[in-house]
Amino acid sequence: MDILIYGTVNSIIFALIAVGFSLVYGVSRIPNFAHGSIYVLAGFLTWSFINDLKMNYALAVLISLAIASIIGLIIYRFILIRLRGLPTSEIIASFAVSLIILEGLRMQGIAGFKGFIGPFYVLQPFIGGKMNIFGVFVDYQRLIIIAGGVVVITFIWLFTHYTKTGLSLRAIAQDERAAMMLGVNSDRMAMVSLSIGSALAGLAAVLILPLGNIAAEQGYRVLVYALAVCIIGGLGSWAGTILASFALGFSMITSTAVFGALWENVVLIGTIILILLFKPSGLMGKQKELEERV
Amino acid sequence: MGFLAMPRILLILGLLILPITLDMYWQRVLCIAGIYALLALSFDFLAEYVGLVCLGGAMFIGFGGYTSGVLNAYFGWSPIVTIPIATLGGAVMSTLVLIPCLRLRGIYFAIVSFMLPLFSVYIITAVGIFGSTEGISALDTLPNIWVEQYVIIGAIIVALFGIRRLVNEDIGLIFRGIKDNDQAVRASGISITAYRIKAVFIASLIGSFAGAYLSHLYGWLGLSLFAMDFSILPIAACVMGGMGTLVGPVIGAIILTPMSEALRGFGQLRVVLYCLVLIGFILYKPEGLMNYLERKYHQFERWEVV
Repeated sequence: MDILIYGTVNSIIFALIAVGFSLVYGVSRIPNFAHGSIYVLAGFLTWSFINDLKMNYALAVLISLAIASIIGLIIYRFILIRLRGLPTSEIIASFAVSLIILEGLRMQGIAGFKGFIGPFYVLQPFIGGKMNIFGVFVDYQRLIIIAGGVVVITFIWLFTHYTKTGLSLRAIAQDERAAMMLGVNSDRMAMVSLSIGSALAGLAAVLILPLGNIAAEQGYRVLVYALAVCIIGGLGSWAGTILASFALGFSMITSTAVFGALWENVVLIGTIILILLFKPSGLMGKQKELEERV
Repeated sequence: MGFLAMPRILLILGLLILPITLDMYWQRVLCIAGIYALLALSFDFLAEYVGLVCLGGAMFIGFGGYTSGVLNAYFGWSPIVTIPIATLGGAVMSTLVLIPCLRLRGIYFAIVSFMLPLFSVYIITAVGIFGSTEGISALDTLPNIWVEQYVIIGAIIVALFGIRRLVNEDIGLIFRGIKDNDQAVRASGISITAYRIKAVFIASLIGSFAGAYLSHLYGWLGLSLFAMDFSILPIAACVMGGMGTLVGPVIGAIILTPMSEALRGFGQLRVVLYCLVLIGFILYKPEGLMNYLERKYHQFERWEVV
């Protein structure tokens, strides 16, 4: 029971982290290596809006999500748009942006900015307290994560299937040339996808970070998790992303229960390498399989 | 003759004379710049001639460094023995680890190779071997600063001209074929995986040598051998120096490392700064310094009296 509940929570966390990355990659074929850094940035922004500017919690969250999506937009409009179609340069440039944001957050002594160093940045949970489900104590924040994850995934699914913007996003993902012929602006769609993806990273941060501390190092971990989920699920595949996040979430929780907490990351990357060995296109990766891989 | 030989002789002489003109502190920096130069060279070779963008340069450093460090600390072998063993051993290990990933290409390979150094760190902390998080200190160092410098400079020159020769041989043609159109290479009855393994082995030889040298330079090894620096700075050096020129990355590393060293006082600002250099070059001068200089140099065609 323990494993079942915490595994579900963990899987939803993985799905939340990965969904933004997967959206961006699926639509614009841009591996957004700045995903993890936007996650951390949104967390820090929310913290400092609440504690430095004494804002309302909901308002702080909204503003930091807006800022996250604007940053995604800027990254595409001013940097990645010049590098479309050069995968190496896209990776290097977005990774450089990510390092600038993450290391910039740790920087000190410029214009009185103190930098976020130290282990003391904690977001309040939305609602404190715990609850007893079938004999296991679960705090409300984890339940909110489950609810939030389900809502986000349903919302994204509805958005990409029933609105005009969402449909054009999928059109670009499936066949860019045909979509452009029908009047879909590929660059604008890529920009929209990057800003939605960044906002989703921010949303994941706001939901997940109350469980622990905020630290700049988490950016790298979040990036690795997002990549792991997307690779295992097959990059750019929706069902695959969700399936993979459940596979990883449960394998991590089980390995923690069996071997101890130190081994969870070993199991994580071991799983990735095993899946790549036997099925290089990921669990559900069908799209563009022949072109992308050998 | 002079027109062709000049740049090469200038580079070799420049590298050989450089240590004499520097003082103690900057000589040390030169050694570190040499390590980054070797890494940048191997990144450039893999990315531009084989088509494998390997973001995990830190893994080569880590494997090489740990092998030589452990041999030195536990068996007491001297650096003269451990560095060659670690170069070979580290390269074999890195290649074995990368073999499963060689079926991927493009960003998939980049992503997986980016995770491998982190994975190594997790394993070392989880198992608690090789000094775990504290690392192993008090390894033997090389005899003196002059040996240290000329070892790394010799390695750079050998690796640089070796790889230049290699990519112009038949095997280099196959490597470039794999980069440009792997299906065509496969259709010619050549196993791309076998050639990729060879290429990765060559690149990781260079990287592991740098790692083995690094652990004996500091006389210390730890988890920071797998640090992100070793993956990022070489890439910045490559982009700055000019991808695909092989000389460019070396020169880029020799320019960038002292720059980041001079900014050490600013703490994290230096990472931010070299990322800005990286983005600036990739956006506004994607050909890099060396391609530009080469073009300019060829405009002096009538320089020599024929």
